[in-house]
Amino acid sequence: MPGDLMAAFSIAELGHFALVLALFVAIAQSVVPLVGAHRGDAAMMGMARPGAVALALLVGFAFCALMYSFVVSDFSVSNVFENSHTDKPMLYKISGVWGNHEGSLLLWITTLVVFGLAVALSSSNIPPQLRARALSVQAMITVGFLLFILLTSNPFERIDPAPFNGRGLNPLLQDPGLAFHPPMLYLGYVGFSMAFSFAVAALIEGRVDAAWARWVRPWTLVAWTFLTAGIALGSWWAYYELGWGGWWYWDPVENASFMPWLIGTALLHSAIVVEKRDSLKSWTILLAILTFGMSLLGTFLVRSGVITSVHAFASDPTRGLFILMLLVVSVGGALVLYAWRAPQLKGGGLFAPVSREGALLLNNLLMSTAAATVLLGTLYPLIADTLNLGKVSVGPPFFDGVFVPLMVPAIIAMAVGPMLAWKRGDLRGALGRLWMAAGLGVAGMVTVWLMRGGAVGDILASFGIGLAIWLFVGTIMEFGDRIKLFRAPLSESGRRARNLPRAAWGMTIAHAGIALIVAGVTASSAWKGEAVQTQAFGETVTVNGWDFTLLSAETFEQENYTGVRGTFRLSRDGEEVALLTPEKRTYNQPPMPTTEAAIHTTGLHDLYAVIGDPTADGTAFVTRLYFEPLVPFLWYGAGMLCLGGLVSLSDRRHRVGAPVRRREAKAGATAAKPAKA
Amino acid sequence: MTRKKRRLTLIGLGMLLLSAATALVLTAFQDNLVFFYSPSDLQTKPLAADQRFRLGGMVEDGSVVRDGQTIRFTVTDYAATTPVVFSGILPDLFREGQGVVTEGRLNSEGVFQATEVLAKHDENYMPPEVSDALERTGKMPNTMRMPESTSNTGS
Repeated sequence: MPGDLMAAFSIAELGHFALVLALFVAIAQSVVPLVGAHRGDAAMMGMARPGAVALALLVGFAFCALMYSFVVSDFSVSNVFENSHTDKPMLYKISGVWGNHEGSLLLWITTLVVFGLAVALSSSNIPPQLRARALSVQAMITVGFLLFILLTSNPFERIDPAPFNGRGLNPLLQDPGLAFHPPMLYLGYVGFSMAFSFAVAALIEGRVDAAWARWVRPWTLVAWTFLTAGIALGSWWAYYELGWGGWWYWDPVENASFMPWLIGTALLHSAIVVEKRDSLKSWTILLAILTFGMSLLGTFLVRSGVITSVHAFASDPTRGLFILMLLVVSVGGALVLYAWRAPQLKGGGLFAPVSREGALLLNNLLMSTAAATVLLGTLYPLIADTLNLGKVSVGPPFFDGVFVPLMVPAIIAMAVGPMLAWKRGDLRGALGRLWMAAGLGVAGMVTVWLMRGGAVGDILASFGIGLAIWLFVGTIMEFGDRIKLFRAPLSESGRRARNLPRAAWGMTIAHAGIALIVAGVTASSAWKGEAVQTQAFGETVTVNGWDFTLLSAETFEQENYTGVRGTFRLSRDGEEVALLTPEKRTYNQPPMPTTEAAIHTTGLHDLYAVIGDPTADGTAFVTRLYFEPLVPFLWYGAGMLCLGGLVSLSDRRHRVGAPVRRREAKAGATAAKPAKA
Repeated sequence: MTRKKRRLTLIGLGMLLLSAATALVLTAFQDNLVFFYSPSDLQTKPLAADQRFRLGGMVEDGSVVRDGQTIRFTVTDYAATTPVVFSGILPDLFREGQGVVTEGRLNSEGVFQATEVLAKHDENYMPPEVSDALERTGKMPNTMRMPESTSNTGS
């Protein structure tokens, strides 16, 4: 029946078709330019660019097709039926595209090909061989994921007859914070694929030099910045949406995004050494491989459901197996290539342990060790289960106990490192220049400790605040040194500040951001105030000097949920500061309750109220009230990290690109090249 | 500094860090591993007094009694049950007949005093430990099996 056929035919079929076509293009793309680069065949290498464009167009079209199906609520597409509903606001219809397994996978692939496109179209001074190889490797990853989506998780699967309405999106996901969290995270995860592809291309080519580092660094920076933003958004979402007053739970899903961040941070720093000093080359290549490996592992952990997670969504083990295979093939393959080729990468400039390189290497070691311990803690329940050691869970105390001691030396060194010269640094001189940071840090620590009443239990937390001050002041002083602040006329300092490389600005901003995060983490874990009680109307509960009075509670109805809204008067010393209106909602589609915390921020601290269930007689409610010291600093700090990344990205060196690589340069000649500070 | 010496310094530093990290991990593991048991496990396995662990299973139908902020309920794996008492606000998705994971200690009367009841994001989600425990006892309720995704019947 042609009429039925026409009716049954929709844009979703075209999307599916585009994905199949994309698979074939990707297969060609992963072979032809690679062979071309090997043979020195310019025509074959030239295929890489149009290939990347075609891939991006096809996958982009598929993504748009899925989005269109969500926007028009085409319930003949199974994915739309499972995850959408006509009642839903437009924003959540769109975010529903990646609020499920199949769609998020399509988003993953879309990001993958967009990065490929960006490399294909970026400034043309990347040698054609390297570009061709990198794009080929990128296409191989794309092939793997396209096979994955087409074989196990087709987002365009159809239902006939189409249901009248959908099942709706998990209400916890119907939130602006979470609407943008996955795309950010994916841009980060997948962005590291570019560093991976360049690393593998360099291994095939057998050379890594300053120019290579300069091409790779911007991609790493982009990925790192997005990943930082993604993690911060997720953490912020957990903070205000889950209603437990916490912003980090060391949950496997959080760890899954944190591990690539840690290794990615190491990569970001070691790439500087390659660029400036032509040293630590094979280590950097290894980091590039591992960072993407961690991203794949993260995807595996989240998607396979092998690990119990507070955040876990229903998942399917066969899909996990597929990702595991992708992980083994890509990272395993890259590591074999690494073992084979890396010894040929001649190490460049020598340096003393106390030097800028040494400090960056220390950062690398600490970050990698931290990532390894997080990995161990995350996978241990799985290992224990496999070895029949019983079912265990590894909770926050483990991670706090291991991670914090590893970060202390990192933060101490973070203020010193930028003060050290390349090659051979003067530790005593650097420390001498940091006397003010040390003094203020100790003073801050003692002051905070005394203000808290001088209890033994507060010593560690006060030390944390002291560390934050040390890092913040140290970072500012380093910047001050660079622009000769107070040692030259202000106009001279201003001129120097303007002429300072953007990368230096970026580092200062990001390091200062870390200082704020350290302060926020310390204060909020040590001095959080919490009160859980049955609170009658008119009753006042005091948390850390803040009075929460429950005034009223009323039920209300919205388009897609009904709820109870409580009203608290928040006051301090008898003066009203704000009205807090936390809600408890019950969504219609799917039927599911959620908590909406009410947060009042002073810019320094947060006051946080949650309303629970009423008592049987209805005269009181269970309430949860928190005093959250310095939590806003976490968000300021995360913002500064991202800003630092963006500023660094705008550095002239990245825009102009690397100088043309000298083909005849001998391995020895590069090592002897003078260092540029 | 020669290449060899540099390499030795680096390896030394790396080993030092690694051993420090190992020491940290081992001490942290010793104190912080939390085991998971089902109600049936509690009947068969001897537990050290005052051991902190996770108890998981299904919230028994009709067992939830609220008294202000104190909530009593029974966790079952359909072979054995354990009474649980918890003070505070329950996660949004806590419901009778659904999977739950709680963390706390068993008191001398055999009542599990939970300090934490874990929230899940998805109403159909069952913690793997719970489904394993239910599979072992052969009591997996049919309704809790995830429906397979709708088959492709389109043209």
